[in-house]
Amino acid sequence: MNSKTSGYLALFVAVALLPLLGVYPIFAMKVMCYALFACAFNLLIGFTGLLSFGHAAFLGTAAYAAGHALKVWGFPPLVGIAFGTLMAGLAGLAFGLLAIRRSGIYFSMITLALAQMLFFYFLQAPFTGGEDGLQSVPRGSLLGLNLENDTSMYYVVLAIFGGAFWLIYRTVHSPFGQVLTSIRENEARATSLGYDTDRFKLLAFVLSASLAGLAGATKTLVLGFATLTDAVWTTSGLVILMTLVGGMGTMVGPIVGALLIIALENKIGDLGQWLAGVTGIEWFVGLGESVSLVTGLIFILCVLAFRRGLVGEVGALWLRLRGPGKSASGH
Amino acid sequence: MSEVFGVPLPALLGQLLLGLVNGSFYAMLSLGLAVIFGMLNIINFAHGALYMMGAFLAWMGMSYFGINYWAMLVLAPLIVGAFGLLIERLLLQWLYKLDHLYGLLLTFGITLVIEGVFRSFYGVGGQPYSVPDALSGATNLGFMILPNYRAWVVVASLVVCLGVWALIEKTSLGATLRAGTENPKLVQAFGVNVPRMISLTYAGGVALAAFAGVLAAPILQVNALMGSNLIIVVFAVVVIGGMGSILGAILTGLGLGVVEGLTKVFYPEASNTVVFVIMALVLLVRPAGLFGKER
Repeated sequence: MNSKTSGYLALFVAVALLPLLGVYPIFAMKVMCYALFACAFNLLIGFTGLLSFGHAAFLGTAAYAAGHALKVWGFPPLVGIAFGTLMAGLAGLAFGLLAIRRSGIYFSMITLALAQMLFFYFLQAPFTGGEDGLQSVPRGSLLGLNLENDTSMYYVVLAIFGGAFWLIYRTVHSPFGQVLTSIRENEARATSLGYDTDRFKLLAFVLSASLAGLAGATKTLVLGFATLTDAVWTTSGLVILMTLVGGMGTMVGPIVGALLIIALENKIGDLGQWLAGVTGIEWFVGLGESVSLVTGLIFILCVLAFRRGLVGEVGALWLRLRGPGKSASGH
Repeated sequence: MSEVFGVPLPALLGQLLLGLVNGSFYAMLSLGLAVIFGMLNIINFAHGALYMMGAFLAWMGMSYFGINYWAMLVLAPLIVGAFGLLIERLLLQWLYKLDHLYGLLLTFGITLVIEGVFRSFYGVGGQPYSVPDALSGATNLGFMILPNYRAWVVVASLVVCLGVWALIEKTSLGATLRAGTENPKLVQAFGVNVPRMISLTYAGGVALAAFAGVLAAPILQVNALMGSNLIIVVFAVVVIGGMGSILGAILTGLGLGVVEGLTKVFYPEASNTVVFVIMALVLLVRPAGLFGKER
């Protein structure tokens, strides 16, 4: 076992102990769901070089599909999650087939437009509950374990997250992942080496969409609802921000980014109150109402000054401190 | 003949006109996007927010300073253009050497900030803005009642779009601009101040968005989110038209507005999505878009 693997294991154990240390389980579960969403997104932008601006569509598709399966059809929890993931994967296949016909920013615009199409579908379709969304989705029970209990639910979510993270890790470090990286670095060269790059990009897209779906379905099970917020395009922007803040193309960056952004969203009202108290400027009190203002500023700052993200910057600093003799050896 | 495929003629023509009005906005916005993309290689996500800003400026001018519609039609594009100049000099100019994606992301961040500011002051509720006196009322054309303001919007945007097209395709300034997109170094060597040209192009493009915003203010409710919904449709328009041609942006914008209007008559459920469906179909047949060049 190398130091990297033991590092991940230690992290996993630490996260497993969090509820015992008094961390609010719902918050931790929400962070894990978004972290998985961001990791899935990062598989595409960080390791394949494709900026999807429509990933909320997969989160939303799976959230609604799983919610409907659990609530109306009475599926058991894991089957419901699997169903949601499958539907997101199918949506990913449809999106991917269209979007990979163009590259670069066109790709981004196409994914965004297709996601908006799904959004309007969810807004109007009879089974989604329109503006209200799907409410009171039951958690049910798993192997005799009552999932209405937050602690039991926590460990199920941890297992899902751990499994998915391991899958992403294996994918990135497999020959398949190496081809994806080569497409990111130089697509023309990958093509000249005989790889059917479109097929690889499509596979990566479907995998990423499915994993984003897994995150969405799990989120529905945890929180008990699926709403339009899951599918709206600003959520696609949010997952980009999470990945950007944490570090594109790093394994743990998206997790760090998701933690920071979710914490910021929850705490920004308090932060505003505090700033108003310190500076005496009344306007800060309303900061909780304009989260997008703060996230927008972070976006601008990251793009201008910290394109490698937190984890990427720390990694670069670490390499510099260790001296020029030991250069980066990839991921 | 008072019915077409079971739809009363006045209703059909009304929606057709509404589609043409929307199409004018699509045309002006996608035209601005195309001009900016040509010169800066940046997809200006902030275009929708700047359009919203134009509409808000019209409303603010009226309610705070009593400035009328006609003056704001000139002032708002100037103010937003100056703001665009600031954005380009302070933020965008650092990204030209990088991947296009960063331009998209940065302008997305700018969008969030602009919208956040307007939301924090005005909420998401709509602000009413009335049609200017000179254009209130309607003309009876015999077969339909034409609201004067809507007719004005279509005419004004067509004139502006064609003016921009002529400026770029038919004047020596436009020739320099086009040469600058092809080979900035060479154009610089001829003594043209290329960075200034880039800044002014961005300012001009976003001024066009603000102009569209002022035109829209009396028709749509002025609110903080009016741009963010529109911009995605405009992106779809851009994908359908292809980024290559200025005229393509104008024609595709108008055409899709009309198609959307017709869908509202015959199959209202799909009116929000029809543009995206067309985008999917066009991509299957012509990935470069209707007027785009294969690359």
